[in-house]
Order: sequence, then C-alpha cells, then structure tokens
Amino acid sequence: MTTSTPDAPPLSAPTSDGRVRLAAEGLRLAYDDRVVVEGLDLTLTDGSFTAIVGPNGCGKSTLLRALGRLLRPAAGRVLLDGRAIQRTPTRDVARALGLLPQTPVAPAGLTVADLVARGRHPHQSWLRQWSAEDEAVVAEALSWTDMGDLADRPVDELSGGQRQRAWISMALAQGTDLILLDEPTTYLDLSHQIDVLELVARLHAERGRTVVVVLHDLNLAARYAQRLVAMRDGVLVASGTPHEVLTEQLLADVFDLEARVVPDPVAGSPMVVPVRRLRR
Amino acid sequence: MSVPSVTRAPAATPGTAAHAGRTVRTRRRVLGLLVLLLLVVAACAASIAIGSRPLGPGTAWTALTDRSLRTEEAVIVWDLRVPRTALGLMVGAALGVSGALIQGHTRNPLGDPGLLGVTAGASFAVVLAIVLLGVGTPAGYVWFAFAGALAGTVAVYVLGSAGRGGATPVTLALAGSALSALLFALVRTMLISDSDSLDAFRFWVVGALAGRGADVAWQVAPFIAAGLVLALLNAPALDLLGLGEDVARGLGQRIWLARLTGLGATTLLAGAATAACGPIAFVGLVAPHVVRAFTGPAHRWLVPCAGLLGAVLLLTADVLGRVVARPGELQVGIVLALVGCPFFVALVRRRRTATL
Repeated sequence: MTTSTPDAPPLSAPTSDGRVRLAAEGLRLAYDDRVVVEGLDLTLTDGSFTAIVGPNGCGKSTLLRALGRLLRPAAGRVLLDGRAIQRTPTRDVARALGLLPQTPVAPAGLTVADLVARGRHPHQSWLRQWSAEDEAVVAEALSWTDMGDLADRPVDELSGGQRQRAWISMALAQGTDLILLDEPTTYLDLSHQIDVLELVARLHAERGRTVVVVLHDLNLAARYAQRLVAMRDGVLVASGTPHEVLTEQLLADVFDLEARVVPDPVAGSPMVVPVRRLRR
Repeated sequence: MSVPSVTRAPAATPGTAAHAGRTVRTRRRVLGLLVLLLLVVAACAASIAIGSRPLGPGTAWTALTDRSLRTEEAVIVWDLRVPRTALGLMVGAALGVSGALIQGHTRNPLGDPGLLGVTAGASFAVVLAIVLLGVGTPAGYVWFAFAGALAGTVAVYVLGSAGRGGATPVTLALAGSALSALLFALVRTMLISDSDSLDAFRFWVVGALAGRGADVAWQVAPFIAAGLVLALLNAPALDLLGLGEDVARGLGQRIWLARLTGLGATTLLAGAATAACGPIAFVGLVAPHVVRAFTGPAHRWLVPCAGLLGAVLLLTADVLGRVVARPGELQVGIVLALVGCPFFVALVRRRRTATL
C-alpha cells in the first residue's frame, strides 16, 4: 500500500499501461422517451484522471450514472474491464468501481467512522462479517483523508467540506481502483472546493485510483484532471488534454461563451476568462 | 537545559480513536438490549400475575410451575393469561419490528404499518368477512385480515412503483395514503348500512388482546416467526439504503432484493399482528423512535431492539388496561393511545426527532 507523501505534487500521474478499464460503446441513455445521451463512445484507461464538463442538462451526470451501472442504457453498452457491466453482478461491480452521487445524505446520527465502515460492505458476506482487515482499512482511510479526529462525530453535524471528505473516505475504504464522482464540489465555497479536489487528486496520484469526475468549474477541471471530456446536448464534443479541449472556439461551441483562454499563473493549465454569453 | 514547553498528551492515533468510539457505542447498545430484555421479562410476569382477578406472584408462580394443579388459579393462568401474554409478546414484537422496517425503507420517521396500506387492507377484509360471510370470532377473522393486509401492501407497492423511477419513499407513502382513504371509506359505507356488522367490527377495530385464545396465537405464530427472520436478514441492507439508493447499489446491494425482503417481512408481521388483535396504532411508530436513542441508525441493533420494546409497550398497556377499569378492562388499543400520545409528545419535545 502506498504511504502518504504530503509533498507529492498533485499532478504527478502514476505509471499506467494504458489498459482500458471502462468503456462506453454507442451509448444511448434515455428517461422514458426523452433521449439524454445519444451515440456516445468513450474509453477510460487505467490510472487516468478524467473530468466530464459541459453546460447544465448536457447529460454529463446521466453518463456518469450509466458508467456506474445506476442507469440501464437504452442502446449500446458499458464495458467494465472488457465485460458488459449490465451482465456483471452488483457485488462484483461494487468491488471494482466506487461511486459518489451528487450531495449524498447520511441518516441522522450516523458517525463518520460508521459511514466509512459501510464502504466495506462489498467485501463482507454472511459467512465473512466484520474482520480485522476491514477495521484496518477503515482506520487507514480515516487517517488518510484526515478525518481521524472527527471519526465519532455524526456526519449530519459536519460542515459541507468535512462531509464530502467523509464520503470520499468511504469510497476509499471500499477499496476499488475506479472511482466515479458526480460534482463533489457542489455547495462548497472555493477553498473547500480546492480542498476536496486536492483530496481527489491525491486519490489519483498517491493511491493510483482511476478517477472520473463530473465538474462544473472549467478552471478547476483543467487544473486537476489530465483529460477533459466536453459534452453538449447528450453528444461528446471534444476529448483530450485540457490544452487541447479548452479552446476559445470550444467554449463558444459548447458553452455559448465568448472567453479568453490564458495560462493559469499557478499551474500553467488553461484558464477561462469569460467575456460575455453568446446568443444563438 | 530544558526549554519550558507545554507538554501535550500524545494524540491518540485516529484508528484507535475510531475503535474506542465504536466500543463505547457497542457498550451502550448492549446495555440497552439487556435493559429491554429485563423489561420484557417483567412485563410478562406482570401480565400473568395481574388481572381482573389478582393473583399474588407466589400463587401465579405455583400455578405456572406445577402443571398437576387443577385449581381455579391454575386454569386462569394457563387458559387465559399465558396465551394472552404470548400473543401480546408476539404482536408487540411484530409491530415494533415492522415499524422499524417501514421507517427504514421509506426513510420516513412517521412510518408505521398504517402507512403502507396494511391496516386499511386488513380492516376492509374483516368487514367483508363479517358482512358477506357472517364470520363472528377473532379466530375466524384472522385469515381474512391477513389476506387483506397482503393485498393492501401489494396494491400500494404496485401503485407506488408505477411511475418512472419505480418505488420511492414518497410514491409509496402517497399510494399508501390514497389507498387507505379509499378502503376506509368503503368500510364506513358498509358499516353504515349494517348495524349488526358494526357491533362485531367495532370490537375488532379497537385493537385488543382480550378474547383471543391460544388458537389465535398458534394461527399467527408461524407468520410472525417467518417475518422476524426476514426482518433480521433485511437489517444490513437497510443500513445501506439509508445512504440513498445510488450509494447502496454502488456498494453492491441489490435494491429489488432488499425491497422485496422488507415488503415480505412487513406484510407478514403487520398483517399477522393486525389479524390477531385488530389495528393497534402507536407501537410501530414509537418503538423504533425510542430505541434509536441508544442504537443510533444501525439497523442490526435497531430492528431487534424495536421488537423488544414493542412487546414491552403492548404488554404494559394491556396490563394497565386490566388495572384501571377493574373489574372490567380497557382495550389495549385505547390505553396505548391515551398513555402513549403524551409520552410521545414529551419525547419529541425533549430531543430533536431523528430525520431519516
């Protein structure tokens, strides 16, 4: 297990052999008759850190739900390690892929330690109940996310940022090397957004997790992710490094936004400075 | 040379802190469980010793242990009070556990067996049995009530899962209220047109342990036993469902399986309880709330503890009903409402009701 190195740069990528972990093929996603995503192909390689961006209602959260087997595709399929995810038993998926929905809610009085402990569920059964290994993994997840001191506090009494750390700690305890997060920074102020994304980046850099995250903030997405996937109206418009994707032309096409793209003075990643909204 | 410094106790490593916290919680839960077990024993003893004809604890004990006795006391104990106590124990536990399950599944702190159409379905079936078939004894009502409870729950579940997204806590509660309103209206319509049925029905609907013999207890026992086993199997899944369906599925829980198990357990438990004793409110609502104070949201503890407290509540209310109205008695459903309501108000005022 990797030891925590606090000074590790957030963008140092772990070595990856480029093996495809998660793939979408000809994906069509629909709620009843309303098609939300159409003809989408996407591959996510081992050890990558991908951010899905796009305007409200573009289908990015829906795509994430399908990638995590929460939504059955109307057509096409999702492959997890080369196997159709819909045909994979729920528990096998839960051992390979962890996911955090947008603003999850914990029941009143549930402590942080108990929440994180529930992440061990995929590894338990009637024959194999709570074990010393589970105990060790939970303790390690708590300390790695810096939640050790808050372990006995009820989740519903924490601040938004602490709460999100607790949920990420649970995803870490689940022990999957693929993690999907749906807008983990919603409702957080800027410094807590940074705090949560630093934690997610550490999951990727230090723990070798393959991360897919839906993000609203383009500048933060460009700074933390290695790869951006831009969507509009249920269609994948662009995919590549932040420098390749975040161009002034793309911002106009996808977000109807006239903007300047300048280098981020801190990280060197592309930074969007909006000018005005374009009317179509 | 020592530099003066503020010595700080070395901070406990987070792992051991979490571990210590869990130990404290476990100790509190074990203590709560033991207290509940003691209360159950005490309530059973009181239910056997106290009645419209008071027996001293000594007399009751002798009658209980020496089966060769054929005294009047022995007959009272064995033919009346033991079956009644056993029934109270089972029905109370069934109501408490089904309340915990329904609150957990609907994530609704006001959940009780009435919410899912169980009570309305059972009442409707009992009235049909009385009006159309002239059934007139509790042992005769049982099967009708049970069938009605099952039909009511299934109807609510089918209605609640009709829309897009399937059965959610909100759609289930909505379907339950709508169906209950309809069925109770039909019940009233039938009762208005037939005053003989009304007499039979109103003794059932008030909720009582009195007049139910060992035959009723034996009829419902297997269903309650099966329901309790299903409920305990369902408890770990409820812990995951409490985090939301998406998270639960992400952690490897098959949602349909958990919902089906819970639905089966609730129908068996609440259906059997309602069939045996009529609709008894309050126990299913309050028992889970009270035990949550020491179990927290962990259903492995919450479900069995709610069952024990349910049994204690029902037996105590039954004993109280025999004492306050001597030589007659007050039905347990009425006692529960009279005593339980202020108690619950006090509880809600004292601490913030847990939102689920």
